Amino acid sequence: MLSAPPSRFRLALKDLKDGIGSIYVWPPLGWLEIKQRYRRSMLGPFWLTISTGFMLAFMGPLYGKMFGLPVSSYLAYLAVSFVVWIFVSGLINDSCTAFIQAEGYIKQTKLPLTVYVMRTVWKNFLIFAHNLVIVVLVLVFFQPSLDWYLLLVPLAVLTIVVNGIWSGILLGLICARFRDIPPIVSSLVQVAFFLTPVFWTPSMLGRHQWAADLNPLFHFMEIVRRPLMGQDPSLLSWGVVLAITFSGFALMLALFQRFRARIAYWV
Amino acid sequence: MTAVSAKDVVVDFPIYGSGSRSLKNTVIRAATGGMLARDAAERVVVRALDGVSFEFREGDRIGIVGHNGSGKTTLLRVIAGAYEPVSGAIETKGRIASMLSITLGMDAEATGYENIFLRAAIMGVKPHEVAPMVAEIREFSELGDYIDMPVRTYSSGMWMRLAFAISTCIAADIILMDEWLSVGDPAFREKAQLRLRQLVDQAKILVLASNDERLIRDNCNRIMRLSHGKMTTLESI
Repeated sequence: MLSAPPSRFRLALKDLKDGIGSIYVWPPLGWLEIKQRYRRSMLGPFWLTISTGFMLAFMGPLYGKMFGLPVSSYLAYLAVSFVVWIFVSGLINDSCTAFIQAEGYIKQTKLPLTVYVMRTVWKNFLIFAHNLVIVVLVLVFFQPSLDWYLLLVPLAVLTIVVNGIWSGILLGLICARFRDIPPIVSSLVQVAFFLTPVFWTPSMLGRHQWAADLNPLFHFMEIVRRPLMGQDPSLLSWGVVLAITFSGFALMLALFQRFRARIAYWV
Repeated sequence: MTAVSAKDVVVDFPIYGSGSRSLKNTVIRAATGGMLARDAAERVVVRALDGVSFEFREGDRIGIVGHNGSGKTTLLRVIAGAYEPVSGAIETKGRIASMLSITLGMDAEATGYENIFLRAAIMGVKPHEVAPMVAEIREFSELGDYIDMPVRTYSSGMWMRLAFAISTCIAADIILMDEWLSVGDPAFREKAQLRLRQLVDQAKILVLASNDERLIRDNCNRIMRLSHGKMTTLESI
């Protein structure tokens, strides 16, 4: 006979745990997405690296001149900023389609839903890893003044990955239900590229620097950027990021436990 | 102990037009209340399964019969665990092999070899479990050196042979099938039938949806009849 079903909350936690643990499923799926894009090209995924490099090679000197900054230090700043931005914005944009894109799988088979979110997180991490080549090159050439703070970089990247998981489930779920959200999010992300100190620095705002501090994305940039630029970590940024991480997870769990079983009907 | 138990399973498919799915209408509804809010309450749903209860035990070979749209495929997907019932409960014990979509997880640009692992991952089979079977899959699907070619270069028959060989390579307790699987040219079909027969014979439960009464009578010992989402009869034969 039927045993009492576990609570919705336990089922959501189980989905999360099993999904993250499905290490034979999401890594090949994430890789496949990147390979699909570059199949039959000679350089393959390294086109990611090259296209980012192109962008920097042209934007760096131009904006350096415009801002009146020495090109070498500006280029280092821009390279780090840009690569982190691609990672963060890619995670946000792909969050929206995490479940919609997996429709075929979700309707046919029983895999933890978290698997499809891990696939998009993994895909964006792989893109980031390819772009990291540029950061290393730029830093080696332009600014070798690095110290122990560098050890914070892996921790900061991991923190961004963890945030990608909750945002993937939360946004993925909302976007599966309301199909107007993905275009809204992508236009917001587009605007955020200009509003967030990616190619400009907060100090350029003069006495209005607080405007940068109000932007949560700025703090996600800072936790990776500062140690790479040889600066001491910002407590404010880490505080904001950790607060967002925990509240994001709480909000995600609240909605995920309520609507997890509905996602198959929505996609 | 392999079993499938269902109690009062109800499945409703919500029909979201551009209406309720769009944020605009939800916002306007929240703002205006009244007239449009009624709209929300009267959301159109299609009741695909309506209070279905059953108990499948080891040795059961269940044939599901019913007209198009009677809920056969939905019931299979509920047993497979893709859809969770809106109300009621379903519990399955045992390893399920779903033959509902044998190409699920395969990618046209990936090679046959890569696809063996992709398909296996979606079936819940780990790489080290499927690795020893690669040679056998290759031989059975008669792909030869094509195994290292992208699947898009295959004929549809070759593609199906590969999908079939992978999907049937692992034994399961419960087998779900939407119509009896049949792939390839006559020579291959005979070989495939033998393999499928073995897989079905060693499984403890078979759930087969079909409108072919003869197929059901030949393969099943219980018949479930569905009509408009309701189970009308479940009898032994």
